[in-house]
Amino acid sequence: MRKISAPRVLPESLPFWQAADEGRYLVKKCNSCGQVHHYPRDICPFCLSADTVWQESHGTGVVYSFSTMGKDEAAYTMAYVTLDEGVTVMSNLVDCDPAQVRIGQKVRVVFTPTEGGHAVPMFTPV
Amino acid sequence: MSLNGTACIVGAYEHPTRKADDLSVVRLHADVAKGALEDAGLSKNDIDGYFCAGDAPGLGTTTMAEYLGLKLRHVDSTECGGSAPILHVAHAAAAIAAGRCNVALITLAGRPRAQMAAAQAAAKDGKGGRAPLALKPPDPDAPELAFELPYGPATQNLYALVAKRHMYEFGTTSEQLAWIKVAASHHAQHNPLAMLRDVVTVQDVVNSPMVSDPLHRLDCCVMSDGGGALIVARPEIARELSRKNGRPLVMVRGTGEAPKHGMGGQIDLTYSAAAFSGPRAFAEAGVTPADIQYASLYDSFTITVLMQLEDLGFCKKGEGGKFVMDGNLISGVGKLPFNTDGGGLCNNHPANRGGVTKVIEAVRQLRGEAHPAVQVPNCTWALASGIGGALASRHTAGTLIMERL
Repeated sequence: MRKISAPRVLPESLPFWQAADEGRYLVKKCNSCGQVHHYPRDICPFCLSADTVWQESHGTGVVYSFSTMGKDEAAYTMAYVTLDEGVTVMSNLVDCDPAQVRIGQKVRVVFTPTEGGHAVPMFTPV
Repeated sequence: MSLNGTACIVGAYEHPTRKADDLSVVRLHADVAKGALEDAGLSKNDIDGYFCAGDAPGLGTTTMAEYLGLKLRHVDSTECGGSAPILHVAHAAAAIAAGRCNVALITLAGRPRAQMAAAQAAAKDGKGGRAPLALKPPDPDAPELAFELPYGPATQNLYALVAKRHMYEFGTTSEQLAWIKVAASHHAQHNPLAMLRDVVTVQDVVNSPMVSDPLHRLDCCVMSDGGGALIVARPEIARELSRKNGRPLVMVRGTGEAPKHGMGGQIDLTYSAAAFSGPRAFAEAGVTPADIQYASLYDSFTITVLMQLEDLGFCKKGEGGKFVMDGNLISGVGKLPFNTDGGGLCNNHPANRGGVTKVIEAVRQLRGEAHPAVQVPNCTWALASGIGGALASRHTAGTLIMERL
């Protein structure tokens, strides 16, 4: 199993990682323009309003693109997953045979422990 | 203000080394600076503007000015990865037009291959060591870091994500991508300095080991040391040099630059930032893709070339795969000769950055100084395009259109 590095967390994204430790995936929503964004910021990248709030994601989405790199034990699958909330997030696909994965396939979030840090959200086929 | 006609490229030089075991990064920068000055017929004291990016050591322009003993009145350290020198040409033209300098030097150089070999040797001795990066090591203050680094982003898989999506959206195939490498290899066979000089076939490419699917080993550029330099000058100075050396003028006609990023999560991998920089450059130059006789296209991977062909308007979106087939990028064979030095795919990719060599080969073509086997007859309009950073996450594109006069 590939060693997952612990995320280096900035203060403004700390709630995301605390929620990840509890098995919840948060996205950031702007109260001013109504848009959801990722990665989460204090300031909305669409309208620059600072009135942004955390919202719990359903943790489900579809594979936008993916690629497997490395051989045997060291192989891992990088992916972009489009969440039901409309944002596309970088992640890994786990607990699956990448050869069977298709773009557009439904996936759900799973949380992977890291070395001495917060859990990291990854996705697996539904 | 338009930059059309404000500056000429009067000097271009590519370092001959591909593995610099005994040359420092600063020495490589200095070597290419000397080479470009000699090529231009200028001396060190003529330089009053200096441009370099993150590959330069220490404080960049300051460190290089000290090493070379330059007296400068304009410096620019615009850093955007491998496309930086293409932006530097535009910024030099702007600085010249604004009266900030008359003769601008641009350098790019590095030794990732020698560093990698040293790191591997050290690892064997149990002393550790790590692979060198094109950009600086991950910055803990970068806001995206926590949301990317745990997933193992590498240059290869970030470009593979784009290739996989392109195949899904448009039916592009590995065989079509392979044609890009095939064309580069046809050109590289004539370049004695190229790292990979053997002509390869589509089958060779698709049968090479998978690196990050769908990209094979031969879809990737080489890793090399070396570098290159350019000298950009006021047109009056360029005309005087041209009278002395009998070479044609290489005039800056169109420039464009643009970043593309994660867009708050509205990711769309079907286009690159060249979709923004390209139209700006063509509008400034007053020409269309049909007027371009030679194109230097950033070729970190085959997919990088395909994306630029579409985004710059050489073919419609989604039709890049068809466009590159059957040798359409091979000089003397196809409609759009590209990377006639062999490019990053076969020749070199110094400092993991291909921007300067893209401009250098375009200058050779416009001067009629490319290898005779790949020289485009009567080459009057050429384009150089760069993608710095990663196609799937964040990058900056630079487009430069030049005319021979």
